[in-house]
Amino acid sequence: MAEQIIFYVLAILIVAFSILSVTSRRILRSATYLLFVLIATAGLYLLMGYQFLAAVQISVYAGGIMVLYIFSILLTSHAGDKAKPVSWKRLLPAGAAAAVGLAVCGHIIYHNVNKVMSLVPFQEPTMQDIGRTMMGTDKYQYLLPFEAISVLLLASIVGAIMIARKR
Amino acid sequence: MEAYLIVSTVMFFAGVYGFLSRRNMLTILMSLELMLNAADINFVVFNRYLYPGQLDGTFFALFAIGISAAETALAIAIIINIYRNLKNIYIDEVSKMKY
Repeated sequence: MAEQIIFYVLAILIVAFSILSVTSRRILRSATYLLFVLIATAGLYLLMGYQFLAAVQISVYAGGIMVLYIFSILLTSHAGDKAKPVSWKRLLPAGAAAAVGLAVCGHIIYHNVNKVMSLVPFQEPTMQDIGRTMMGTDKYQYLLPFEAISVLLLASIVGAIMIARKR
Repeated sequence: MEAYLIVSTVMFFAGVYGFLSRRNMLTILMSLELMLNAADINFVVFNRYLYPGQLDGTFFALFAIGISAAETALAIAIIINIYRNLKNIYIDEVSKMKY
């Protein structure tokens, strides 16, 4: 019962703030609404029992990426400016594409709603489980993607420094 | 489970709308973040409800968060470079090619 209430609160927060974030005309407000969406998403992960993923979501997304965004917004524009209103010819295809996509996905979900899955109580993954899965080389374990993503992060750091340095 | 999927669907298509209709490059990137987060919620929900004994979905979401962080940092570096050279980050005004 409590889980249902928490889920509805988080779901309403996510839906409201994500729609506000894409339709607001001030950039800094858009960034703040996105921050609330990311924190509510971490709350959803926590509700489902994945504490490590919720912690990673807050520390990386809400704590790292949003700080980057706010820095770059303050570097490239006067905070508090209203953006120019976008013309009808631009909004209409965007709204049409979003509405068509929402209709297709909504139809698929509605069509399958009687195959409802229930929440089986499960063992929350402990840190030992996560560590063993991340660092193992057996069938469902993720050492190779871990090494690959570390190479990707190195490449991204080098690339960002090369692009953004002062000439 | 469907309630979670509806939430992530609305978030994804809000991101699509924002991506197609915004003028500032940074807000386009922020809509991209919304789309990525919606897909991550989908992965975790399917993992929790259909395969509760395994961790595949959460690891996919974990790696997707890491890759999205790297890509966002790089995209912001490019945007700041564009701002330094052209003093402008609006999509419809940055239209002069090099030659």
